Amino acid sequence: MNYLADVGALARKDLLLELRARDTLPAMLLFVVSTLVVFHFVLPTGSSDLAATGLLWVALLFTALLGLSRSFAAEREQGVIDGLVLAPSDRSAIWLGKALSILAFLVLAEVLALPAYGLFFRPVDAALVAGVALADVGIAAVGTLLAAMATAGRARELLLPLLFLPLAIPIVVGGVGASVAEDPGRYLGLLGLYDALFAIICWASFEYVVTE
Amino acid sequence: MIRARALEKRYGDKRILRGVELDVDTDGFVLVTGPNGCGKTTLLRLLAGLAAPTRGELDVAVDRGRIGYLAHEPLVYRELTALENLDLYGRLYRVPERRERTGMLLERFGLWDARHAQAGSFSRGMLQRLALCRTLLHEPSLLLLDEPYSGLDDEGARLLDRELRERAQVAAFVVATHEPQRLEPVATARLALA
Repeated sequence: MNYLADVGALARKDLLLELRARDTLPAMLLFVVSTLVVFHFVLPTGSSDLAATGLLWVALLFTALLGLSRSFAAEREQGVIDGLVLAPSDRSAIWLGKALSILAFLVLAEVLALPAYGLFFRPVDAALVAGVALADVGIAAVGTLLAAMATAGRARELLLPLLFLPLAIPIVVGGVGASVAEDPGRYLGLLGLYDALFAIICWASFEYVVTE
Repeated sequence: MIRARALEKRYGDKRILRGVELDVDTDGFVLVTGPNGCGKTTLLRLLAGLAAPTRGELDVAVDRGRIGYLAHEPLVYRELTALENLDLYGRLYRVPERRERTGMLLERFGLWDARHAQAGSFSRGMLQRLALCRTLLHEPSLLLLDEPYSGLDDEGARLLDRELRERAQVAAFVVATHEPQRLEPVATARLALA
């Protein structure tokens, strides 16, 4: 019960920080929409749905990366991570609270991105929405851990994409597959399995990332 | 409460601390002195559990939640108000009667009128006072203070003197400072790092 209260307090704090500073979500919204607009003009007329779906996932992935790169900015710049790490609560609560706030930012970005995709490319169906929802969970879980790791390093802007993009390949495979396959169940299953597996790994290993 | 033997800390090839021996009783008050770069902050980070020693033995017989750590940085979110920052820490530290304790500390350190102001708008001295509130919030039994007088004006320093004298009866202290003379009356030991 205390654990969930800690997670709630930490996630609420992140949302409040974003509400005040507004330095992550507006950037994500602008990026995802402008990327889709550019892709709309880049893609030749008569291109396949597969190509359009691929571009959507590129846009979503890099939008997530943008959000992740700012996710520990307040903790890094103000040294607050030491204060959080010293608190008696389970350190994985820091990861879960942060992952939930990133998940919220991703969902908000996609609330804008998916209608824009529907407008520019092709109609959005249930399989695509389910794929995006499952992908968000994996992106938030893995991305939060890697963002915390990158925060400790000097070349953090370089390190985060280098760590994150290879681990995001299964997400892209599952997401694109779920969006275009006749039977999306297999791909949604892959995304679900990825989410469960990596959420457990990230939850268990976060403590070692934030302590020397 | 603290026992350190032949403590050493390296970052890569650079040796920050070497051969540190330290004993602190439950009511001990140890001053850590030395020139800039001698490892005072690193020693406090080791004692807080924020870093691990490279060599030597370190036993800190107190739960993480009973440690109060005052760092160079105030460890508060600048976009949150003083009250919101302390409320967050109060929740994480499971402080009983959190609101009353928060209000009492803000009043004691002269921040009550600024409780709804964002920490980012605070002066250096006000941030240090807020950091002291954060450090003392959960009534720690071990206090690790890194230059506690830094940024404080005369009134703030007097408030801190009073707080330290009161807490010295019930808690152990390790204080890194460039002003040891100010704390000599309450200190029980001194560790000079070279």
